[in-house]
Parts: sequence; C-alpha cells; structure tokens
Amino acid sequence: MGKEQFNFVIVGHVDHGKSTLIGRLLYDTNSLPEGKMDELKKTCEMMGKPLEFAYLLDHLQEEREQNITIDTTQIFFKTQKKEYVIIDAPGHKEFLKNMITGASLAESAILIVDAKEGVQEQTKRHSYILGLLGLKQVIVVINKMDLVEYKKEKFEEIKKEIVSFLSRLNIYPSFIIPISAMEGDNIANKSKNIGWYEGLTVLEALDTFKDTDIMEEKALRLPIQDVYKFDERRILAGRIESGKIKKNDEIILLPEYTETIVKSIEEFNRQRDVVEAGISIGITTTEPIFTERGSVICKKGENLPKIINTLQGNIFWMSKTPFKKGERIFLKLATQEVECILEKIITKMNSSSLESIGNDETQIENTEVAKIICKLDKPIVVEDFNITPELGRFVLIQNEDICAGGILTNIYGD
Amino acid sequence: MEHLDELESRSIYIIREAYKQYKNIAMLWSIGKDSTTLLWLCRKTFFGHVPFPVVHIDTGYKFKEIYEFRENYAKEWDLNLLIAKNQKALDKGMGPISKLECCTQLKTIALKNFIDEKKFKALLLGIRRDEHGIRAKERVFSPRDTNFKWDYKNQPPELWDQYKTKAKEEIHLRVHPMLHWREIDIWKYIKRENIPMTDLYFAKNGKRYRSIGCHTCCNPIDSDADTIDKIIHELETTNTAERSGRAQDKEQAYMMQKLRMLGYM
Repeated sequence: MGKEQFNFVIVGHVDHGKSTLIGRLLYDTNSLPEGKMDELKKTCEMMGKPLEFAYLLDHLQEEREQNITIDTTQIFFKTQKKEYVIIDAPGHKEFLKNMITGASLAESAILIVDAKEGVQEQTKRHSYILGLLGLKQVIVVINKMDLVEYKKEKFEEIKKEIVSFLSRLNIYPSFIIPISAMEGDNIANKSKNIGWYEGLTVLEALDTFKDTDIMEEKALRLPIQDVYKFDERRILAGRIESGKIKKNDEIILLPEYTETIVKSIEEFNRQRDVVEAGISIGITTTEPIFTERGSVICKKGENLPKIINTLQGNIFWMSKTPFKKGERIFLKLATQEVECILEKIITKMNSSSLESIGNDETQIENTEVAKIICKLDKPIVVEDFNITPELGRFVLIQNEDICAGGILTNIYGD
Repeated sequence: MEHLDELESRSIYIIREAYKQYKNIAMLWSIGKDSTTLLWLCRKTFFGHVPFPVVHIDTGYKFKEIYEFRENYAKEWDLNLLIAKNQKALDKGMGPISKLECCTQLKTIALKNFIDEKKFKALLLGIRRDEHGIRAKERVFSPRDTNFKWDYKNQPPELWDQYKTKAKEEIHLRVHPMLHWREIDIWKYIKRENIPMTDLYFAKNGKRYRSIGCHTCCNPIDSDADTIDKIIHELETTNTAERSGRAQDKEQAYMMQKLRMLGYM
C-alpha cells in the first residue's frame, strides 16, 4: 500500500509569493474550514489591509503586521489522488534556521520565483539547501505572471536563468510552470491567460510524484535508541531505518562487532513476526550482551556499514557563533553521539553566490557552507547518504542547540 | 508502510528520545482523545509500562465523565497519577468570566506551580499541528524559559529527527510527540488499537463534543455520530474546524498566541 500523506515544502525568496500560493492551493481544493474566509476578511478589515491569503499561515501577530513569515508551519490538504502536507518556509535570511527545519521534513519541493525579479539571493540559498537535504523531486513555479502580462518571453527568460543555476547544484526540476498564485492561474485549474503553456498545473504535477526509496528491501540497520529493563525482559529499543528483522535472526552489533541471535520481537498490544523499515521496535537477544544507545544492529550475511574515526562532510552553518578550526563540538548521527574536533576546513562557500570564500580557512560563519574534516573521539557507524540517509547525515551541536546540518562525503575513501 | 504505523513509530521515537535525555519527565493527561492516545503511545513505547508520572491539570470545571474516566484508567493501567490544581485561585472564586484570565490561572499557573514543586525537566504533551495555526508553528522539542514563556520568534532548529539536547538548568522543555497527527488519524488509531475513550465524544440526542476542555467553555456540535466509524465518516466530510466549540480559539484577538506565549498548552 502506498503512502497516504506526501510532504512538500515551498521555498523561495521573500515576497515571491509562497504564502499566497499555499492560500490559493487550499482555496482551490476547497480545503478551508467553513467560516475561515469570512474570519480572514474580517481580520484584514480590522487591520485595514486588503484580503491576504498569507494570513492563513502567518498566525503570529508579528507575521501579519509585518507581512512576513517568521517560522515554518504545516498545513494539510487533499486532492482526488493524494493527501498532502504543505510545509511553508520563511524567505528571510534571518529566519534561515526555520526554513531548514521545515525543509528537512519534506520529500519534495516547490521553488517559487517571481517573474519580474527572477533569481534572487534566497532563491539561490534555498536551492542550495534543497540539494544539501537531498531533495530530488522539485517543481519550479514562475509566479506573478499576471504582472508581466502573461508573456511567454518573460517566462522563458526566467526559466533559462533558474535551470542554469540549478544545474550547478545537480538539481533538475521535474516541472517548470508559469503561474499566478494571486489570480489562480495554473494552480488547480489550467489558465486561460496562459494559452501558450501546455504542461501540467501545479496540482497535476504534485500528483505525479512518487514515494522515495523502498527501505525495507535494503540491508538491516537498526540503531539502538535505548536499553530498557522495566520487567524481566532486557529490551533493545530503536527504529529500523532499513531492512527487516525477525526472531532467530543472527545479528551483529556495530561498532563493537558483538554477535548474537534475536530471541524475540517485543511489542505492546500487537505481535508481528517480521518488522520492517520505519517501525519503532524492541528486541531481546539470546545472550545478555552489553550494548548501549548508539550501536547499530545489522544482520549477519548482509553487507555492513562503514566504521570511521575521521569524518568528511558538507555542512551548512546556521548559528551566529562561528565554528572555529580546532574547536571541539558535539556531533549526532542517528542515535550516535560523539565529540569531535574541527581539524580542517577544506573549502568554504557563500551559500547565496556559491562563490568560494578564499583565504579565511580558520572559521565558518552564519549561513556559510563548507566542506570539513572532523576528528572523532570514538568510532561511529556510517553509510552513504544515498543508501541510508539516516546514517549518512549528521547535525552539530553548540550551546545545546543544533547549529549545523551536514551530509557525509567520501566515506569509502582514504 | 501503513500510515498509522508510520505515525505511531515516529511518536514512539520521539517519546524515547525525550525519556533518554530526561529521566525527570512527566506527561500531561487531559483525559481527552489526544492525550489519552498519547498515554497509549507511551504504554506502547515502554512495552506496557509508563515509567514517569501522568499529570492531570484539574481546573475544577471538568466534566464528571472526565473524573470517572481518570479514576478508572489510572487504576487499570497502573499509572502514577498526579493532580495539579490552583486551589488558591479557585478559593478566590476564579471562573470563566474573563476567559484569558481563567485559562491562565487554572491551567497555566496551576501547571507552573506544579512544575516548580516537582522539578520536572520535560513534559510530554499531545498537541497537534492541525488543531490550530499557532500549534502548527511548534517544534517537537520546544523550550520554555524560567517564566514559562515561549520564545516563538527564536525557536531552535530541528532536522532529521535530531532534537534539542540537554536544556540549561532553568529551562524546561515541552515535548510534542503527536504534532504530525491529524484529528482523523487519532480516531482511526483509536479504532485500530481499541483505546478506551470517554463517552462525551459520542453523540447523544443529536449532540457530541468534538474537542473537550472545561464544561463551562466548550460547546457540543450537532452530530449523530455515536460510534467511532460514524465519527470517522463525519470527519471525512466535515468542513468545520475541530476546535470551533472552544472559546479560547477566537481568531481576532490572537488569544491562542497570547495564551501559548504565557505557557498555555
């Protein structure tokens, strides 16, 4: 059975129309609760403003008064074919960490570009983040076509600009659609104003997207989250990130290389013989082995992940406190937690211009992206991001908050 | 993977992360459908046990059915049930004349005093994004400062199931394992798992409660849904918001935002 819900994020430069597009999607699919439009009209009148679709998402007082989205939000709607969760992401550079928070939950993305303004600073930065997060299913919408008199030439010009930019990031959009979110052109309904466009509407394009990888067909990876002993059972608990597990399976715990056998699959109010990727589960083992949070359960006979002492990765820095060469920092990868030292900054880039920042390889600053090498205090279990995303991406923690996200590179190299 | 399994597994993952980090944790149980489902998820997470206290914030204005249900299942499920009540305010006659003031005193302040007393570092709550626009802006691990305030303009980033780690000494964390559930998911899950629910949700004489708070401040909706199947069918076809019967959700005055900023659940 297919997935019932599909998450997509809408990103793009500030004022290019993200919130308006969402409002339009909800309005055109009849997803607004009864009375909501009236309530909205009243609120806008009270504030002395014309009707703003954006208010459907911008619930904070500050957001409405200043016409900006501060934090990411989610909203639900459905079409005949699928149910969707829309993730709205703020466009301001200042709220970048909120944008990343939202985008990290998505399986696909709509990148919105203003037909008059074209590619802007946040268009570039957001695109880079989509690439970093590994989002492959991307729709580009060229918005505010009404403001350029629905001209094909203008659309082609912006299209060329964005496609050429995205190709530098290895992002190849599945669809590029001319729209007007304000007027409702090519959102749920084909536009009469854009007769020259023969492709799909935004909704039709979304409906073509499919689920990402089938994780249960891969090798078993079960990172241990915790070990419980509430009664006579000693249960290793965690979520299966890939593969499947059943009673009597011969397993290996990494990085310690302990071997044992699955004695039972533990569940409350349910009993399954085989459990698959995505399920939070508990197991007991035939021998009382010592293990703890962070170890990864794999299956004997299947391919095994890699164990590393030094990590190389691309990171996106999102903290006002810079990350300095030689600094100790806390790293989390799946349920593994380890301290490490920033040994080397290989390259550093401005996330908007994507131009490399020369000379200063001593620290990484807010919104910069970098390729780094970190020396780990103890070995960790990793895998290629494209095989098991959970074991191929990590976060860095500074002052108790997440300050960077990263993807491992070159894990099979030297 | 089945939709309900996916929702369930994600919630269990979050509850385990919270419990791993904070042993001094508690769960808020309003006895409504969401927090009763959360309680059920906790039992699933820990294989039949609930290894922390379950707190009911008692405003004194709850329905009698709520109190009955609380007593029955606290016993049956062997819960460490704790009651938080702002008796001082109730003794002074606090009631829903000013709703903002009443909610703040009987819910927020009651909880704040209780946390101060019990020194809880983290609280599990059953709020969902689809309930209210303000709740949709929440993080899974959401810090509150010493004064209980929610700094919604500067929330910590969260990505890839990695959440905020150890909070500073004076901060407590709200943990929201069910943010990603929708109202209809809750009912489908209640049906699948056969989770007991208070009768107030089921229609009698053409009326039922869709969202339950204090009897003084929530109104039943017109409905003939007297079984779980009928409720699910009703939700599939309705166009009315879930909390339309709840007084504190009024759009105009940003009441929900003000309440949440002050520490409301």
